[in-house]
Amino acid sequence: MFKILKYSFFDLIRSRWSYVYLFFYLTLGFVLLFLNNDLSKAVITLMNVIIILVPLIGTIFGVMYYYDSKEFTELLLAQPVKRASIFLGQYLGVAISLSLSLLIGLGLPFVLYGLFQSSAIWDFVLLLVTGTFLTLIFTGLAFNIALYNENKIKGFSYAILLWLFMAVIYDGLFLMSLILLEEYPLDTFSIGATLFNPIDLSRILILLKLDISALLGYTGAVFQKFFGTGLGFLMALSALALWVALPLLNIYRKSRKKDF
Amino acid sequence: MIHIENLYKSFGKNKVLEGIDLSISEKGIFAILGPNGSGKTTLIKSILGMVIPDSGTISLNGNSIKNKWNYRNEIDYLPQIANFPSNLTVRELIKMIKDLRNLPGEDEQLIELFKLSPFLNKKLSNLSGGTKQKVNLVLTLMFDSPLIILDEPTTGLDPIALLHLKNLIIQEKAKGKTILITSHIMSFVEEMADQIVFLLEGKVYFKGDIKTLLTQTNEPNFERAIANLLTEQNV
Amino acid sequence: MRIFFIYKIVFLIACFSITTGWAKTITVCNTCDITSLKKAIAVAEAEDTIFIKEGTYKEFNIIVDKPLIIKGENFPVIDGEDKGEIIRITADGVTIDGLFIINVGTSYTSDHAAIRVVRSEDFLIQNVVLEKLFFGIYLEKSNNGKVYHNKIIGDAQDEYNSGNGIQLWYCKNVVVDRNIVQKTRDGIYLEFSDNITINNNISTENLRYGLHFMFSNDDVYTNNTFENNGAGVAVMFSKRIKMLNNTFHKNWGTAAFGLLLKEINDAEISGNTFEENTVGINIEGSNRITYHKNNFIRNGYAVKVLGACYTNVFENNNFLYNSFDISYNSRINDNVFVNNYWSSYTGYDLDRDGIGDIPYRPVKLFSYIVNRTPETIILMRSLFIDIIDFSEKVSPVFTPDNLVDERPKMKKIE
Repeated sequence: MFKILKYSFFDLIRSRWSYVYLFFYLTLGFVLLFLNNDLSKAVITLMNVIIILVPLIGTIFGVMYYYDSKEFTELLLAQPVKRASIFLGQYLGVAISLSLSLLIGLGLPFVLYGLFQSSAIWDFVLLLVTGTFLTLIFTGLAFNIALYNENKIKGFSYAILLWLFMAVIYDGLFLMSLILLEEYPLDTFSIGATLFNPIDLSRILILLKLDISALLGYTGAVFQKFFGTGLGFLMALSALALWVALPLLNIYRKSRKKDF
Repeated sequence: MIHIENLYKSFGKNKVLEGIDLSISEKGIFAILGPNGSGKTTLIKSILGMVIPDSGTISLNGNSIKNKWNYRNEIDYLPQIANFPSNLTVRELIKMIKDLRNLPGEDEQLIELFKLSPFLNKKLSNLSGGTKQKVNLVLTLMFDSPLIILDEPTTGLDPIALLHLKNLIIQEKAKGKTILITSHIMSFVEEMADQIVFLLEGKVYFKGDIKTLLTQTNEPNFERAIANLLTEQNV
Repeated sequence: MRIFFIYKIVFLIACFSITTGWAKTITVCNTCDITSLKKAIAVAEAEDTIFIKEGTYKEFNIIVDKPLIIKGENFPVIDGEDKGEIIRITADGVTIDGLFIINVGTSYTSDHAAIRVVRSEDFLIQNVVLEKLFFGIYLEKSNNGKVYHNKIIGDAQDEYNSGNGIQLWYCKNVVVDRNIVQKTRDGIYLEFSDNITINNNISTENLRYGLHFMFSNDDVYTNNTFENNGAGVAVMFSKRIKMLNNTFHKNWGTAAFGLLLKEINDAEISGNTFEENTVGINIEGSNRITYHKNNFIRNGYAVKVLGACYTNVFENNNFLYNSFDISYNSRINDNVFVNNYWSSYTGYDLDRDGIGDIPYRPVKLFSYIVNRTPETIILMRSLFIDIIDFSEKVSPVFTPDNLVDERPKMKKIE
């Protein structure tokens, strides 16, 4: 698997898209810092951007890479290599190179602007952790979509739909159900509902850091426990880890059965 | 060497293999022929484990290949359409395949033979179809495995390269290997093949040497004999 | 002129003779002739100094009924053994200095205090340390005194059986300065007390409020720090209170706020910092208040306006990284927001005059949704919420459409 990972990774490192992605983050970082000249404010803006953009880029890039490297895959399939390692290797190649672009692209401008002397450093670390998680999750989901769809156009459409659903539609439905059911106690429901959407989970992690004061204003005991103690942070992190693991397991399962 | 029993495979509603029984125990060159869609490539891919059969067994040297991958160390496979990761150079690709196989590989000779050295540092996306096929051949033939599978090996080759290819195949045969070839070029098959395996409607319709084929079909030459098999199907 | 001069000399001599001649010092210690404070007070005459040496004195219900200076050396301990009130001052001109008073008796019927001042003037209570208390320093109908540099450390668990650190009831012209009050019910509590000055105190971890005003007018509090209290400061039913340069920090919880204003008129709130509170300022029915040069940093809500509030002016404040800047529960707005800096302002300044060219709307639609269905807070910072907030910003339907800062500052106000 590590050989495949190595080649996928080198392949991607050389592809134009990795640079576009890296360059995009570098620009974003520098522009934000230039406009604000205030690390904390830039970190907050970035958090809002990251939880939407990283999933989008992760899905698109994941699907794109899968379809683009079809020949590579077929070449590998005829070689004495385990099937699952081909896909897991490719997946890790994409996910790691995307995560690196994110880490370097955002890290560099912030370090140059004096991140290490700033109090925003933990917020920034959280931002990068969340970004990496989202990259891993959405690249994995993208690979799943691609594995199930031979048709490129279909695969892309499903990927975009997945993103749209997770980023916007899910929260819309969520909000509506909360308002419709407002007479009932909703803490458990609302915390439960966030667990099913990795974007919401990442948002919770960020809320815990930025908006804890507001969150603690709400009276529900379950909320208090979730947000007021380390429990929320731990639960969100473990749910995110599960979100990384499940698509991977399915890639493993599906790749054993698929024909090429 | 290869033993296939009752192999079935369908893609959705499209039934491709419908009970293939094939046993290849002797050395030599086997041409797998058949009309378009008869299941040649599917059969080959099943042997390679790229297609997972619905039912039936394939065994190599007495061992079932199901859910295994190590046996592919014994196979050199030339895929039909040579599309490679476009960001790699030829040299890197060769190095990578050697690395994956953990074998040294005799690429030097082949590169020289096909005059590929000027292309070694070019990216694969910048190569012509013929050159790609030559690279493809290098990748396949640089190892020394007892089973060689060539899917349309002649595609895009110039006459000189074709000549080299034929020589190579004959050399490999001389080493006592089993070689499976699919091709649409009948003259090539006639010249190279010891045995013909003719697939029709997902079954093995004919298996034997060219002489037997000619007598069985009562045709004067190979090309006509094949055509005969195809028309008989329509009758 | 000459007569005035003579008077002055006579006065000086008189002063001199009082301090050296007639006034004497009585020393109390465990091995002295006088071993208790009570006895010392009994033998003392007005203007005497009682000097208490290091040691533990188990006494309670000590009544100081003449003008005395009671001074401790190395914080002698007065242990009330939970039996009731410890010191009661009933005379004018009493000074208590440098005592360590512990174990005030808790009672459900009477408010036992470590030091109670009753109907007295010109008192000075300083350098006193109070622990294990019910009420700390209780000033009752007493004026013109000073409570200076004391340390009051309670162990309050529940509101019903705990008392306040410093309490003023019907007092005037009292200065409360440089005290530290912790873990009591209300750190400092004022009821019907006017012209009180409260400066440089640190009030933390109190159960209810760090500082609490009820029916008190014309008071000033400056440079105090309120941290980690049930709520920082509550100002209720009071007029003309000045609140200057205080820090309200980390007052977290379901009903927690930095500052609660209820039925307050004509107050001035300037130069304060509200940082990381669930609600920075909670305003109910308060009118004609000016908010000037305050910093609201990382609060859940910087300002939450409930009920009718008229003619309040918010000018030159910094609103930095609050989850919600302003929250309203009605569609009517009669308050003015102008020249503030809002960190979430995204406008531009083409004419480079330091003022954003497009107005800022500090009330988000989402804050209405959260008011209605509190659980929806979990959707904060969601793209979907941003979208509906944006559409509300473009065409206000639910939020007061005149609630805008027409002149938002581009840079933080220093």
